[in-house]
Amino acid sequence: MTAELFVWWMLALVAIASAVMVVSAKNPVHSVLFLILCFFNTAGMFVLAGAEFLAMILVVVYVGAVAVLFLFVVMMLDINFVRLREGFLNYLPVGALVGLVLLAELVLVGATWALKEPGPGVAVAEGIDNTRALGRLLYTEHFVVFQIAGLILLVAIVGAIALTLRQRVGVKRQDVARQVHRRPEETVTLVRVETGKGV
Amino acid sequence: MGAVPLGHYLTFAATLFTIGVFGIFLNRKNVIVILMSIELILLAVNVNFVAFSVALGDLAGQIFAMFVLTVAAAEAAIGLAIVVVYFRNRGSIEVEDINLMRG
Repeated sequence: MTAELFVWWMLALVAIASAVMVVSAKNPVHSVLFLILCFFNTAGMFVLAGAEFLAMILVVVYVGAVAVLFLFVVMMLDINFVRLREGFLNYLPVGALVGLVLLAELVLVGATWALKEPGPGVAVAEGIDNTRALGRLLYTEHFVVFQIAGLILLVAIVGAIALTLRQRVGVKRQDVARQVHRRPEETVTLVRVETGKGV
Repeated sequence: MGAVPLGHYLTFAATLFTIGVFGIFLNRKNVIVILMSIELILLAVNVNFVAFSVALGDLAGQIFAMFVLTVAAAEAAIGLAIVVVYFRNRGSIEVEDINLMRG
């Protein structure tokens, strides 16, 4: 067993174990932290496979954005997690059954095919690194799809903000336009007060 | 591909995928863990894409994996926004309580 294979096995085993912990941990905060561990290990496997750019994207996007978003939501909402755990063991048999059937199907599929000769795909150019090769392909051949991905992200941003934005009534806010439009003659009156009489 | 054969990656991805589906069944009440299970499933798909991309010498797989990542991020953001709004309105995120639309 070479060193590379050994490192791969370590990463894979830790990733699988942390994935199991994600779905079975009692506290959802622990679930999120195990999810982060799983993402880190998978990023390590991507580095071993030679897909460095995707590994970095995985760390930045998944660990830096998605997992932290999960962590915020889990921590900010006041959820009764004990109630959410009720019936956990009732779902275990049917879940295990479906999981085993699915795994058996995947193993059967995985064991009964063989790879033909690599087709005439876009060959990985020699001498340039993974990121440069991906960039060359992404900004030329797949440019339209790239733009559509940006559009999807824009829609997601607008949707998330529109969903969570709350218009409260009865809140005193500063209204700059009204402040600017006030004139002295509307708001201030000069009154000559005679001595001893009051206004 | 280096020292690690393609089958190893595929087995790993299949296991991860199965754990994700299993997690959806196991945490039927908790929307947040269900969303996390979906992230695990998408991660397994990405592992498959990258493994085949490297094995076949075709970078299109890695580009597709990037798009899967993009959609996964958008889905997580929207899903969590819906969870937050729902919790604000009903004070609970149990899946069984989610029956406003009488579906």
